Amino acid sequence: MQHQALNSIGMSQPPIRVLVIDENHVRAAILVDGLNAAGIVDVTVLEGSANLLKRIVTANPDVVIIDLENPSRDVLEQMFQVSRVVSRPVAMFVDQSETATIEAAVDAGVSAYVVDGLKKERVKAIVDMAISRFNAFSRLRDELDAAKSELADRKIIERAKGILMKHRGMSEPEAYAALRKTAMNENRRLAEIAESVVTASKLFG
Amino acid sequence: MADNTKTEERTVVRAGFMPLVDCAPLVVAACKGFAENEGLTLQLVRESSWATIRDKVVFGHFEVAHMLAGMPIARSLGIGHLTVPMIAPCALGLGGNAITVSAPLFESMEQERAGLGAAPASNGAALARVVRKRASSAPLVFAMVYPVSSHNYELRYWLAAAGIHPDRDVRLVVIPPPLMADAISAGHIDGFCVGEPWNSMAVEAGTGRIVATKSEIWRQSPGKVLGCRRDWADANAGRLAALIRALYHAGQWADDPANHEELAHLLAQPRHVGEPARIIMRALSGRMVLAPGADPIAIPDFQNFHRHAATFPWRSHALWFFSQMVRWGQTTLTADNLATTAGVYRPDLYRAALAGTGAALPAASSKVEGALTRSEAVAAGKRALTLGPDGFFDGRTFDPDRVEAYIDSFEINSRNGSLEIDPEG
Repeated sequence: MQHQALNSIGMSQPPIRVLVIDENHVRAAILVDGLNAAGIVDVTVLEGSANLLKRIVTANPDVVIIDLENPSRDVLEQMFQVSRVVSRPVAMFVDQSETATIEAAVDAGVSAYVVDGLKKERVKAIVDMAISRFNAFSRLRDELDAAKSELADRKIIERAKGILMKHRGMSEPEAYAALRKTAMNENRRLAEIAESVVTASKLFG
Repeated sequence: MADNTKTEERTVVRAGFMPLVDCAPLVVAACKGFAENEGLTLQLVRESSWATIRDKVVFGHFEVAHMLAGMPIARSLGIGHLTVPMIAPCALGLGGNAITVSAPLFESMEQERAGLGAAPASNGAALARVVRKRASSAPLVFAMVYPVSSHNYELRYWLAAAGIHPDRDVRLVVIPPPLMADAISAGHIDGFCVGEPWNSMAVEAGTGRIVATKSEIWRQSPGKVLGCRRDWADANAGRLAALIRALYHAGQWADDPANHEELAHLLAQPRHVGEPARIIMRALSGRMVLAPGADPIAIPDFQNFHRHAATFPWRSHALWFFSQMVRWGQTTLTADNLATTAGVYRPDLYRAALAGTGAALPAASSKVEGALTRSEAVAAGKRALTLGPDGFFDGRTFDPDRVEAYIDSFEINSRNGSLEIDPEG
């Protein structure tokens, strides 16, 4: 409390302290990077749910950003309602004036709690940053998933080709052409046909 | 916000739920064909916090959800978050929760004459003696699942009836249901109030002892409801009515002992509750194991999904929750708040949806809670309907027409705001 009073007297525009609670290290790092780039340097990252209140009191945040799926959200909300030790952050924009931002946040998987009295524009800038970084992370993860499945596809196709070459005496281009033709005729993905070949070869030894 | 104008003809309904035995009506409706019979595709999404369930209903990611009984009321009154009018057009059952304490706390309580399966008043009195003897040492810590949960109110009711002030003599914290057993094992908390299977999981882990059940504290009391936004309900009346019918029939199926084995396995699937069927079976059968290695004890009405009008959204239930919200300083007693609360649970929608299906529907929308000391047949058109017994363990009754007098009758309360908690622990 004292700490805060000093801050508001001592500086006209006190630096905003942001607390990030996210079990996903990579996403948290991406967000911290974005906040730092925007000139917000006082950022603490918390993981795990043990001693949450004590750690929050130590960080003394103005804004708490927590991923929407984090099970600690219920813990936080009760703490904020009953505690006088932390300065009672409330869910962002409960005055309902920024539903578009909250909707975008929920879509992105971001949830934010904000200490009363902060300028709305400053909070919005932080929340917008979190939304864009969370979305960027989701895109990265989708791309990674796509790359992984492409790699897995390629592996299975290689194995199927090998089987056809060994048991049918085909050349590599012939084996590939046979797989592709079957896939086209059956209107299925090449990798699916390759998987059937591999499975069948396991069954028939 | 969700587009409410063009959605009527679509049949997909998305429902958020938490991994608890009392999500059964939703799971059964989705997996046993009851939703399909009503022309609905019920898509279930498992969530890990009540806050996320609230947010996703508020912003239209879910049309409906498995909600704590106090949640639609809290949203309509704007307690702690956005004010968004919500309704509860049907309940999802009665009972289902219990209060569990750690092995060391139970040992201390035993020295003060507590016993496994003893009446809630006598175990509460034993706890009160333990609390008084501890006096200056750090207060005992009890966990519940959310500030507007029935768990919070029943835990507080039980403590206060024993003379323990829940905001002064002990410390209450929130912990998500799946983490309760771990928290008590790690010694972070001394006890908790949670829905099944999470009490039984702590017993199974050897670290918990069940000292009271919701059905013993207030028999036939609601824990979860189906919650949705009022504007969604208004714009999708047909779909909501179909869902109420699906849930009614799902509850009937879930209540039948002949289906309990199958239901236990269905709930045990990782996408639902994800805990062993034999543990889930305890709540379904009402045969609870209160301590590691103890024989099961039959607890009447431990969890009802259909009997005693288990899914009827009694207005008096909503008003009882409101009385406790006022008692513990979460909201204030005003005529507006009272009127808003009275409009949240919707027996009118429930009746309209089930008219003509042969379901036995209570003629009244409200009742004096705790007045039935034994089962009684009540007016329900041409069908037979038995209600009760529905007593509170301390013998009080709640008259929904006299909310103020009821709240005033509680000596232990936090009407002027609850006290601070310190950051230790």
